[in-house]
Amino acid sequence: MRKSGLSDRSFDTINVLLLIVISLICILPFLQIVAGSFATQQELMEKKFVLIPEVYSLDAYRFIFSDITIPKSMMISVFITVCGTIINLVFTSITAFALARRGLRGRRFIMFLIVFTLLFDGGMIPAYLVVKELGLINTYWAVMIPNAISAFNLILMRNFFMSLPEELFESAKIDGCNDLKTFIQIVIPLSMASMATFMLFYAVNHWNNFMMPFLYLNTPDMWPVQIWLRQIIIMATADFGDFGASIEIPSQSLRMATIVVATLPILLVYPFIQKHFVKGVMIGSVKG
Amino acid sequence: MTNFFSNRQRVKGAAAQNLLKDIWRNRWLYIFVIPGVFYFLIFKYIPMGGVVIAFKDYTPFLGIVESQWVGWKHFERLFQNNDFVMLFRNTILISLYKLLFYFPVPIILALMLNEVRLKVFKRFVQTVIYIPHFFSWVVVAGITYVLLTTEGGIVNEFIMWAGGEKINFLGQNAWIRTLLTSQTIWREAGWGTILYLAAMSAVDPQLYEAAKIDGAGRFRQMWNVTLPCIRSTIVILLILQIGNFMDLGFEQIYNMINAGNKDYGNVFDTYVYTIGIKEGQFSYSTAIGLFKSVIGLILVLGSNYLARRSGEEGIF
Repeated sequence: MRKSGLSDRSFDTINVLLLIVISLICILPFLQIVAGSFATQQELMEKKFVLIPEVYSLDAYRFIFSDITIPKSMMISVFITVCGTIINLVFTSITAFALARRGLRGRRFIMFLIVFTLLFDGGMIPAYLVVKELGLINTYWAVMIPNAISAFNLILMRNFFMSLPEELFESAKIDGCNDLKTFIQIVIPLSMASMATFMLFYAVNHWNNFMMPFLYLNTPDMWPVQIWLRQIIIMATADFGDFGASIEIPSQSLRMATIVVATLPILLVYPFIQKHFVKGVMIGSVKG
Repeated sequence: MTNFFSNRQRVKGAAAQNLLKDIWRNRWLYIFVIPGVFYFLIFKYIPMGGVVIAFKDYTPFLGIVESQWVGWKHFERLFQNNDFVMLFRNTILISLYKLLFYFPVPIILALMLNEVRLKVFKRFVQTVIYIPHFFSWVVVAGITYVLLTTEGGIVNEFIMWAGGEKINFLGQNAWIRTLLTSQTIWREAGWGTILYLAAMSAVDPQLYEAAKIDGAGRFRQMWNVTLPCIRSTIVILLILQIGNFMDLGFEQIYNMINAGNKDYGNVFDTYVYTIGIKEGQFSYSTAIGLFKSVIGLILVLGSNYLARRSGEEGIF
């Protein structure tokens, strides 16, 4: 056992206390938003800082769900997230698998092409013009396909596949598996932890993506929840002259409730995948 | 003679046949890699080619190929524009702030977490400090607004309570860079510890034992054992950070800037959006984007070169 002297113990105490403070800094602002969303407007006006509301009120939520706009945008966000993540996982994993195997000629060249995209890109406008030329503006494809593969995740996943023992593939081949069968029946089940991690990364990106829907979806009917969130926050921010005073200012609790509603789905997924992802990140990056 | 040629042809034919056979045997790998290759060609390499419109007067009717070449016109306009100085200054300053104030935080945080002996507590802290990473920039902006608004935001209420005067954090040049840097630290610092913690878990425990026998306290162990052992991770992440020097992220900044703070907050990304998408000046805004990308490329290659020169691995 470690001998713990006085300086050791005071070090530990200070360290733990600091970490508690840091944890609070990370979580308190959000907890305050959650609590505030359940408080009445009156209590918010009077007390400013509410961690446990005296009177619970669902008014803000009732207001949000009394109109079709936010629920509909949530459904759209779910749709984009689910479809987009499936596309991401399929594209990334098959490409990573092929590039991890020796049988593929030219894989070093292809890897170079992919790594180079991390160093240089054409910028927002040429990318926009490509999406436009393909006729994808105002379709959900525009927010899913241009992000189908993250080069960074692809490299991590390829490293993971390369860490699988070569004998595995050889014995599968002897048993009469072709690469497709090997991939589906052997490699995928072996990489569930790492797949779950990438699923989380991709899903978070889709759910939180603001820029692509903002660029490519021009009709409010098609907007996911992040864009509406921005509308509500900006409308509610009267500090600036930019947006004119003609817009009605929604109540503080409404802003808070919208933030909660837009964040909750992704926070609900996080605990289920958390136990996997540290492992998943490590597996992919160790060989990096 | 004829015999010789036909022999060579036969050998060639056999090689080609072998190649085809080889491709057929690995056909699924080729099928697997095709969508990915097309993806990168269409969505990454065509836009790279598309930067030629920075040297043309692009009009949608004529398309990229038919539009007129104009040489460096758009770049000259950019460098002569007063906005250029502002954009360059803002981009560099915000990036420098992040390098100075954000970059060390995950390292320090990981060092602290690494010293925690109680596994349950460590896991709890990790779970909590990762959470902000799952908030979108819109949500982060929303939380910032709620906390800092002059109309009943908790921070201003506290300042008033303490006898100070309300500060217009949100609509004022003086505060935007501090706000952006703080937001980045709040959202990313916890998440940033993952790779450092992974690297720390690979440190040989014997090194700590040896250091302890030599009389090293906890701080000395951190300084002389942990930090040197994770140096390559730090260098790689530093290169990546410097590589992203010009990429400050459209989403975060666009959601924070307004009429009151845009002189200090506007950066290349937000400017390209305004000039390009909103005003439709495609060629000019592509020139700005290209300038940004080239500087970024030089920075990442340069920092990688320096890392290799000083005996580190670098990223390529």
